[in-house]
Amino acid sequence: MKGNDTLVQLALQFCTLSLIAFGGANALIPEIHHQSVDVRHWMTDQDFTSLYAIAQACPGPNFLVSTLVGWKAAGLAGAMVATIAMCGPSCLLTFWIAKVWDRYREAEWRLAVGGGLAPVTVGFVFSSAFVLVRAADSTWSLGAVTAVSAALAYYTKLNPIWWLLGAGVLGVFGAFGG
Amino acid sequence: MTQTAAVPGNPSPRELFVAFFQCAISGFGGTLPFARRMLVERRKWLTPQEFVETLSLCQSLPGPNIVNMSIVVGGRSAGWLGSLAAFAGLVGAPVLIVTTMGALYSQFGAVPQVRGALLGLGAAASGLLAATALRTAEPLLKGKPWIAVPFMATAFAAVALLHFPLPYVLLALAPISIGVVWWQRRRA
Repeated sequence: MKGNDTLVQLALQFCTLSLIAFGGANALIPEIHHQSVDVRHWMTDQDFTSLYAIAQACPGPNFLVSTLVGWKAAGLAGAMVATIAMCGPSCLLTFWIAKVWDRYREAEWRLAVGGGLAPVTVGFVFSSAFVLVRAADSTWSLGAVTAVSAALAYYTKLNPIWWLLGAGVLGVFGAFGG
Repeated sequence: MTQTAAVPGNPSPRELFVAFFQCAISGFGGTLPFARRMLVERRKWLTPQEFVETLSLCQSLPGPNIVNMSIVVGGRSAGWLGSLAAFAGLVGAPVLIVTTMGALYSQFGAVPQVRGALLGLGAAASGLLAATALRTAEPLLKGKPWIAVPFMATAFAAVALLHFPLPYVLLALAPISIGVVWWQRRRA
């Protein structure tokens, strides 16, 4: 029954995350990392970084890392459970709230909630970046790749896929060991 | 005031599926810029102003922002069937692609070239996220930094440095932060 236990754990974990994912999936990286590496031991630090890298290199929304975590933990069923659990609860909530939203669009409480949540979620996004940079940058050359990537993303409007691919190609030729 | 209850042209579930499918498969490193181009510039389903308002709704709700966007735009156009179609268009193909890549990784993850490529990709992807963090912080730093920065720093320290579980940090900080903003707005 170990497989089923893992599916239940995945469903519970991502349903919870779905409902607290203010600021999108990026803010959740530390929690997903902590749960799947330290608590559940579904994967190593290195696995997590690789899965995140794969999710970033694929087209689509960036919550896909949860699909991969589910897949790594429990195969195809795990991928489906994690994806549905990650989107289902928040989608139902959004559908319902969007119907009454226009009525309260200018309401004072609405602006306070939005304004109050923003700095906390931005703090979470910084935590995510911190966790990933620490996991990814085991050598100076990898640290340099991170710095260049951050600078390109911050100062230019280039499509990030180009330097993501570039960094991957450097790695294929052994620039970072392996 | 702009009227956001209806979408010009009343796109059908089928059109919604196709549109969100297109921005999903072109959206490398985040779908949002592609969604804006599709919704505002190409299909003109939303005005720029409506796009910002809808995005702020999606950001105030839990869940992936772009997924919420598909639910809201789909729902306004064609009810729950529209939401379902937009969501399926957005998520279907990327989930298949990413799972295939994951399977390839488990098969070939030990090959030195693949390991090297993923080390490079991982380093670049983490840099991308660092830049996103800076970008999302910018509007807050321009607004009222003396309110935003303490909450930003506390959230960061609690999760990244002290390893507190994120749900508890959110439950502890959000009410205080919302309260301060509320009080600040009343005084203004």
